[in-house]
Amino acid sequence: MKAQVLAKPKAFYDKFERKGGTNLETTHYCPGCGHGNIHKILAEAIVDFGIQDRTVLVSPVGCSVFAYYYFDIGNVQAAHGRAPAVATGLKRSNKDSIVISYQGDGDLAAIGGAEILNAANRGENITVIFINNAIYGMTGGQMAPTTMVGQKTKTSPFGRSSENEGHPIRMCEIISTLEAPVYVERTALVDFKSINRTKKVLRKALQNQIDNKGFSFVEILAPCPTGWKMSSVDSQKWIEEKMIPYFPVKVFKDISDDIEPRSIKKKTLTDKEILDVLGLAPSGKADTVDKDFLGKFSEQKMKIAGFGGQGVLTAGVMLAAMAMEENLEVSWLPSYGPEMRGGTANCSVHLSNKRIGSPLTTNPNVLIAMNGPSLDAFEDTVEKDGLIITNSSIVDRKVKRDDVKAIEIPLTEMASKMGMTAVANMICIGAYLELTKVIDTATAKDTIKQHLKKKEFVDINLKAIDEGVKYIRENYS
Amino acid sequence: MAKELIKGNEAVVKGAILAGCSLYFGYPITPASEIAESAASYFPMSGGTFIQAESEVAAINMVYGASSTGSRAMTASSGPGLSLKQEGISYLAGAELPCVIVDVMRAGPGLGNIWPEQSDYNQIVKGGGHGNYKVIVLAPNSAQEMCDFTMLAFDLADKYRNPVIVLTDAYIGQMMEPVEFPNKRKEVPYRDYALYGDKKTRHNLITSILMNTELLEKHNIKLGKKYQEVEENEVKFEAMYTDDAELILMGYGIVSRMLQNVVETLRQEGKKVGLLRPITLFPFPNQKIAELADTADKFLVAELSDGQMINDVRLALNGKKEVHLFNRMGGAVPSVEELLEAARKYI
Ligand SMILES: Cc1ncc(C[n+]2csc(CCOP(=O)(O)OP(=O)(O)O)c2C)c(N)n1
Ligand code: SF4
Repeated sequence: MKAQVLAKPKAFYDKFERKGGTNLETTHYCPGCGHGNIHKILAEAIVDFGIQDRTVLVSPVGCSVFAYYYFDIGNVQAAHGRAPAVATGLKRSNKDSIVISYQGDGDLAAIGGAEILNAANRGENITVIFINNAIYGMTGGQMAPTTMVGQKTKTSPFGRSSENEGHPIRMCEIISTLEAPVYVERTALVDFKSINRTKKVLRKALQNQIDNKGFSFVEILAPCPTGWKMSSVDSQKWIEEKMIPYFPVKVFKDISDDIEPRSIKKKTLTDKEILDVLGLAPSGKADTVDKDFLGKFSEQKMKIAGFGGQGVLTAGVMLAAMAMEENLEVSWLPSYGPEMRGGTANCSVHLSNKRIGSPLTTNPNVLIAMNGPSLDAFEDTVEKDGLIITNSSIVDRKVKRDDVKAIEIPLTEMASKMGMTAVANMICIGAYLELTKVIDTATAKDTIKQHLKKKEFVDINLKAIDEGVKYIRENYS
Repeated sequence: MAKELIKGNEAVVKGAILAGCSLYFGYPITPASEIAESAASYFPMSGGTFIQAESEVAAINMVYGASSTGSRAMTASSGPGLSLKQEGISYLAGAELPCVIVDVMRAGPGLGNIWPEQSDYNQIVKGGGHGNYKVIVLAPNSAQEMCDFTMLAFDLADKYRNPVIVLTDAYIGQMMEPVEFPNKRKEVPYRDYALYGDKKTRHNLITSILMNTELLEKHNIKLGKKYQEVEENEVKFEAMYTDDAELILMGYGIVSRMLQNVVETLRQEGKKVGLLRPITLFPFPNQKIAELADTADKFLVAELSDGQMINDVRLALNGKKEVHLFNRMGGAVPSVEELLEAARKYI
C-alpha cells in the first residue's frame, strides 16, 4: 500500500513546530511506518467526535514518544511502560477528559506489563492503542516481546528462539480474560479493508470512553519497515503471512452494549463536611486549664506493659487523651521493634508540662506491669523513687526493688468481679490517677465518654475508674 | 482549630486533605501502610480518590498523571518503595510537576527490616533517580509536624513546580501526639501549565524529553536556578541553646527528640551544649552551620545510618571544626542515656 496523502486532520497542528528543524510539514516517522497512519486515523476520529479540547494523549517511550509534535490536543509524555498508570492518574483526576494511552509493544508488553494488566483489570475508563510492530523501533531494532519466533533482530541475531526467549506474547488474548475490559480487538494495517476496520475499531474504543463504559483495548499490527529491514510492500505482506496467523485479527471481547455507563458525578464537600468526615469538628473548648498545677509533677515517663489483649495499648492512648484534655503535652508510642517479643505488648506514654523530647521510655518513672514477664522485663529500668503498679492477680511475685514505690492491685480479679476482665486497664488508670493526681478524675471520665467507640461500655469503664480510686484510698492512703 | 490525639501517619492524611490534596495512590509497605490505610477511608469520604496501585512504580506515575491535570496528588512508602519511585520522581522533576511523597524510613539495605532507620537520606536528599535534579525534603519530628509539613509540602511543591518529600521514620509515624488541625481546606492554586481538559490548556505539554542538547542544557540550568532559589528562601532549622554552645549536637527526625533531652540534661549540669536540628534537608542549613563553626568547637552528628547527613555537615563546616558521628543501624534506636554518654565524650 502506498502511504495515503490525507488532508491534515484538524486535530493535528498545521505546522509541527514542536518538532523543530527545517521541515515542519512531515512527521519524524519513517516512510511506511504504521505510527503515521494510526496518528491520522486517531486525529480524524477526535475531530469527528468533537473531543479535541478535552482529549489527553499519553505518549510512551518508543518511536511515538514524539506524538505530541503532531496532535493539537493535551499531551503528556510518560516513562517507559508507565503510560497506563499515568493515564489512570489523568482520568481519575479529571473524569470529563478523554484519555488515550498510546503504546508500542516493548512499552506495553515488556517493561509495562504490570501497568497495562492492572489498568485493564481496574477497568479504567480509558482507551489504549497498542501498536504491535514486533520490534523495538526507537532503539534501533531489538527484539520485542511480540517478535516472531525465528525473526532476526539486533538482539536475536540468529532469529528469536522459543527456547531462549519464549514465544511472542499475545496481549489481546490476555487482556480479554479479565473481567473489567469492555472491548478488546486486534486489527492490522495491511490493506484498505483492514485500515477501514481499524478506523471503526478506534472510534468504537473512543466512543466507549465518551459513554463512560470503561476500558477499551485496541491492538494494531503495524509495519516497521526500518526495523524489519523491508520495503513497505514487503512489510505488509509479512504482517499478512507471518503475524496474522499467530496474532489473529478479530474481536476478543465486546460487552459495550451490555454495560451501563458509569456515573462520573463529582462530590464536592464544604469545609464543614470535610472536617466532619475527618472527625475534626472544632471542639470550641478554649485553653482554660490552669497550667500552674502542672508544676506539681515533672515529666511522667510511663511504660505500660502486659499480654496482648490486656488493653495496655488502649490504656496508654486513653491516658494520653485524658492528659491532652488538661492541656498537658503528651506522647504515646506503641512497642515497636526488637522490644516486642513473646506476645507481650507495651507502650511508652509521656505526660509533661513542657515539650516532650524522646517519646521512647527507656527509664520509666512509672511502670504498670499487667503480667509477670512485664515486671521481669522492666523492673530494673525504673528510675529511683519511681512508681511500679503490678497486677497482683497475675504477677506472682513482689517487686524486688526497695527504692521505688510498689503498689499491688488485683486488677484482673476486680475486673472479673465487675463482670468484664477487659476493664482491668481502666481500674489501673483509676488507681494511677488517685496515686499521682496527674489528671482530674472528672476529666478522665469525660475523656472516656468521648473516646470510647463502643458507647454501651462507657458506664462500666467509668465505674472501673472509681473502683481503682477506691482501692487506693482503702489500701494505700 | 480542632485538636486530636493522633498517629503521625494518620496526621499526614488529614493534613493532606486539608491542603487540598484529592488523590492518593499507594502500595502497602510497613511502616508506611497506615498512611495508605487511612487514606483509603478519608480520601473517598472527602470526595477524593484512593487507588491501591500495582506497585510503587505505578503509584508514582499515577501521581504524575493526576498532577498533570492540576490536582494535588500524593503517595507514601518506605525505603524499598522509594527506590522504585525514583524513576517517576526524576520524571516529575524533569517535567516540573508538583507532588508530595512521604517516606517513612525503615532499615535496609535490601529488604532489611521494618524498624526505624535514617538510611534513605542519600537516596532522597541527593536525588536518587537519574539526571540533574533535586527534591525539597522536609523532616518532621512530631505528629504535629507530620500534618504541618505535609501541608507545607503541597505549597512548596506548587510554588517551585517540584516534588517535595516528607522524610520521616517508623517512630514518628507510629507515635500518637496531640495535633491541631486548621478548620479550613486550602484552595488549590490554578496551574497554567496543567491540562484541565479544556480549550485554554489544550496546547499544554507535560514532558521531560528535550532532544535538542542546547535546550536540554538550558532546561537544566533553569532547574539549577530554581534549586538555588529554594536554597535562598526555604531553609528551615531549629536551634536550641546554640548561641554559646561549645558542642553542637545535630540530628533530624526521631533522633532530634532524644537529643533535646540530652541537651536539656547537659545544660542543667552547666555544660555548654546546643542542638541544631535541620528541618529542611534540602535545602540544608549550610549557612547556620557555617556561623556556628565560628562560635562552637565541635560538632556531633547523630544518625540512624552509616553516616549520611554528616557529609553535608562536613561540607558546610568546610574543615573548620571537628565533626564526629554517633550512629546506630539495623533498626536500633539509641536511648537518651546512650546519646548522653556519646555527647559527654566530646565535652
Ligand atoms: C527505563 C528505560 N529502559 C529503556 C529505554 C530505552 N528504550 C527507548 S524506546 C525502547 C523500546 C521501544 O519499543 P516499542 O515500545 O516497541 O516502540 P516502537 O519504538 O517500536 O514504536 C527502549 C527499550 C528507556 N527509554 N527507558
Ligand atoms: S523505526 Fe519503525 S516504528 Fe520507528 S519510525 Fe521507523 S518505521 Fe516507524
